[in-house]
Amino acid sequence: MIEKRKEVLASLESLGLKIYDQLDNGYFPSIEMPSRSTENIYYDPQVRQFILGDRKVRRSARNIRHLKPFTQLTWAATFSHELTSQRKTSTLRDVYYSAQAYEMTFTDQQESNNIITDLETVLGLSREDFNIFPEERSAVFGDLTIEYTVPGYEGRTLNLTSHPDGVLIGPALTSSEFVKTSADKVIAIEKGGLFTRFIEENVHKKFNALLVLTAGQAPRATRHFIRRLNGELNLPVYVFTDGDPWGMHIAMVIISGSANAAHLRELNTPDAKWSGVWATDIVNYKLPTDPLDDVDMKRLYELQKDPRYKDPLWQREIKTFMKIKRKAEQEAFSRYGLTYIVDEYLPAKLEETK
Amino acid sequence: MAQITFEEISASDFFYRNRDIAGFTNPSRAIFAAIRELVENSLDAAESLKIPPDIYVRLSYEGEASKETQIYKLRVEDNGIGVPPRHIPSAFGQVLFGSKYKLKQQRGTFGLGGKMAILYGQITTHQPATIISSTGGMSKIYSYKLMIDIQRNRPIILDRKVLINKEQWRGTIVEFCLEGDYLRAMPKILDYFKQTAMVNPYANLTFVDPKGRLYRFTRVTKEMPEPPKETLPHPYGVDVELLQRLIQVTPYKNMLEFLKNHFHRVGEITAQKFLEFSNISPSKNPKKLSHEEIVRLMHMLKKFKDFLPPDASCLSPLGEELLKAGIIKELKPEFVAVHQRKPSTYAGHPFIIEVGIAYGGEIPKKGVFIIYRFANRIPLLYDEASDVSVKVINAMNWRRYKVTPEMPIAILVHICSTKVPYKTVGKEFIADRPEVRREIANGLREVARQIQHFLTRIEHVDREKKRLGVFSKYLPKIAQFSAKLAGKEKLPDIEKLLKSVKKFGTEET
Repeated sequence: MIEKRKEVLASLESLGLKIYDQLDNGYFPSIEMPSRSTENIYYDPQVRQFILGDRKVRRSARNIRHLKPFTQLTWAATFSHELTSQRKTSTLRDVYYSAQAYEMTFTDQQESNNIITDLETVLGLSREDFNIFPEERSAVFGDLTIEYTVPGYEGRTLNLTSHPDGVLIGPALTSSEFVKTSADKVIAIEKGGLFTRFIEENVHKKFNALLVLTAGQAPRATRHFIRRLNGELNLPVYVFTDGDPWGMHIAMVIISGSANAAHLRELNTPDAKWSGVWATDIVNYKLPTDPLDDVDMKRLYELQKDPRYKDPLWQREIKTFMKIKRKAEQEAFSRYGLTYIVDEYLPAKLEETK
Repeated sequence: MAQITFEEISASDFFYRNRDIAGFTNPSRAIFAAIRELVENSLDAAESLKIPPDIYVRLSYEGEASKETQIYKLRVEDNGIGVPPRHIPSAFGQVLFGSKYKLKQQRGTFGLGGKMAILYGQITTHQPATIISSTGGMSKIYSYKLMIDIQRNRPIILDRKVLINKEQWRGTIVEFCLEGDYLRAMPKILDYFKQTAMVNPYANLTFVDPKGRLYRFTRVTKEMPEPPKETLPHPYGVDVELLQRLIQVTPYKNMLEFLKNHFHRVGEITAQKFLEFSNISPSKNPKKLSHEEIVRLMHMLKKFKDFLPPDASCLSPLGEELLKAGIIKELKPEFVAVHQRKPSTYAGHPFIIEVGIAYGGEIPKKGVFIIYRFANRIPLLYDEASDVSVKVINAMNWRRYKVTPEMPIAILVHICSTKVPYKTVGKEFIADRPEVRREIANGLREVARQIQHFLTRIEHVDREKKRLGVFSKYLPKIAQFSAKLAGKEKLPDIEKLLKSVKKFGTEET
């Protein structure tokens, strides 16, 4: 971790020096970075995620339209350097407000988020590397002992069963080292209600699993955390979502990454499995359903053409959704009693997607 | 003969009864009209000598007349040509004195405006008018006290003095009392002076109002427009009345000579061709024409296609230079464009349109265009909405020229003609004649194009300023942040860059 920090600080400093030297020599400073436009995003079957192509964009302070974002980018780099060197963390929201202290206003949150993404692209690092985190909302529960590396907690350990609501996947957890675990799998769950039910029903014990709450679309820190569980601890990952195109895509982003993060690596877990709720489950388990609306259908057509969805399983499920035109939430299993999902459905699906 | 008798006996009477026609509608309008008529006579009197006019107008309070109206004494002095002493009584005391059979561009509404004012003053106050005049040089100064015998249309001389002219003064002073409502008339009177100053930038105008307030409009140039030449009436523009008058006064004994000598742009050959066309014998004595023949002659004159169009030597437009000087002097704008159209004609009457457009400076933003209308260098202050120029202005697609009514914009339209196409007897707005409308529209398009160039330029300058502002705002910040990030104590030198931005900026303009 310390190595990583040094590397991050060094690349920020060299960016600063590059701009400084250009200015001092009487040139308008400019920065080159890979283009993030949709024409430059490709799916790479080798690394099984989206990557950026060779196309570059040039941000130059000579261009009046680039000047403000260029200044914002320089500021963001300076701010990140300060955070990282002082080992402090910040959130995207924080960045937006901090800028105002430097008379460096952003029009809105989106603008400041974009600048941070620019900085990620320029440096080839993810924002968590320079200590800017999203608002945390996802959590983990199960028998895993971690050791903190954050200032003031260095060397302290924690077992992730110690709190029954789960432990927030925040900067401290993300940067911790894994010490030991008895689990042999990871189960990621889309919704908080089901996450709590699984803890109450001792799923972690019965199935010897670490439970991760993604809370909707998993934040990047959580995706990275899941990847580490898979990579460092060799635990297979099973993802349970709602049975609709959106839930399906939550699983897919964990597996293959998102186009938005095509400039970054090591956020995806290519070997993770989507275990349900499938469209075929809706049919087989005769789940109570809602109709798919126009937006849902449109999304299905988009996914059908998406290179990440080319595998037969995914294509079959998309077609089934289109055929039945129904969707079901994870909670739908409650029609068979509160424990049915844990007693019957979960073991069957884990077996099926092993 | 009955008609002539009518004129002689009751010309004054006629105008007394129909004073609305001459603009003396009500006490506030009357005081405005009186000032206007006399000032215009004074301007004409100076211009006919080609000397820059110096006009002094004083209105002083004399007493109450009724609840709403007061008695004022009006005094107008000029440095004009002066009136020869023997003509003074009839020039100021007899309506319709001195009508001419020749045409040129003239200011006066009826050519009797001054007399109408004096007549109005006499009717309302029963006091005589004082006229003092000298033709300058060695001649003496003559001072008359006059009243008008309304029934008989004759001047009554109450007093006559002859003064020695040591200073060799030249000019005319008219002083008389009249009833009016100055407070109500005040805005129009001040507008009138301002706008008169605008189209007479070579004149000094001074006005002292009843409260003793002094308004001065100082000349900015001594250049004056070419005075109009007198011209004969054009055959397309004549009516039966005019033909009858010409026949009465003509010394010529046959139609050929009559046509050649009394009409504009009619020579030997044209006259012959016309007589052949209209089947009139060239040797016919014009005095022998019957009434029916005169009417037919008029129709034939209008029908004949081969008369040359009237030339514009009888017109005296202001000219682009003077118009510009006048607008700058009175409106103090940031930008002005003027344009004079080539002479054109309607119904046998030559006319010239001059237009101007002014932007910014001291022109206020009103949310609508400020429109100044002039006819023969007289401001038209009433009935704006009905005027053809207003219609043309409203119909124009100003957006095309980057102009919007929200901008501080003033538009000026001047028509000069031997016969201004007024729509009504009030003579306050111009009729919608297609020829006139077309000329106004073309003139406005020309100045609109010029203001468009100007607006594009200031837009560009604005953009440039903003651009420079962005660079000088952000470059220092980039310098500051990058120095901090690179761990440098000294800020990078960005002066060169900022300078290059400026140079770059001026090159673009």
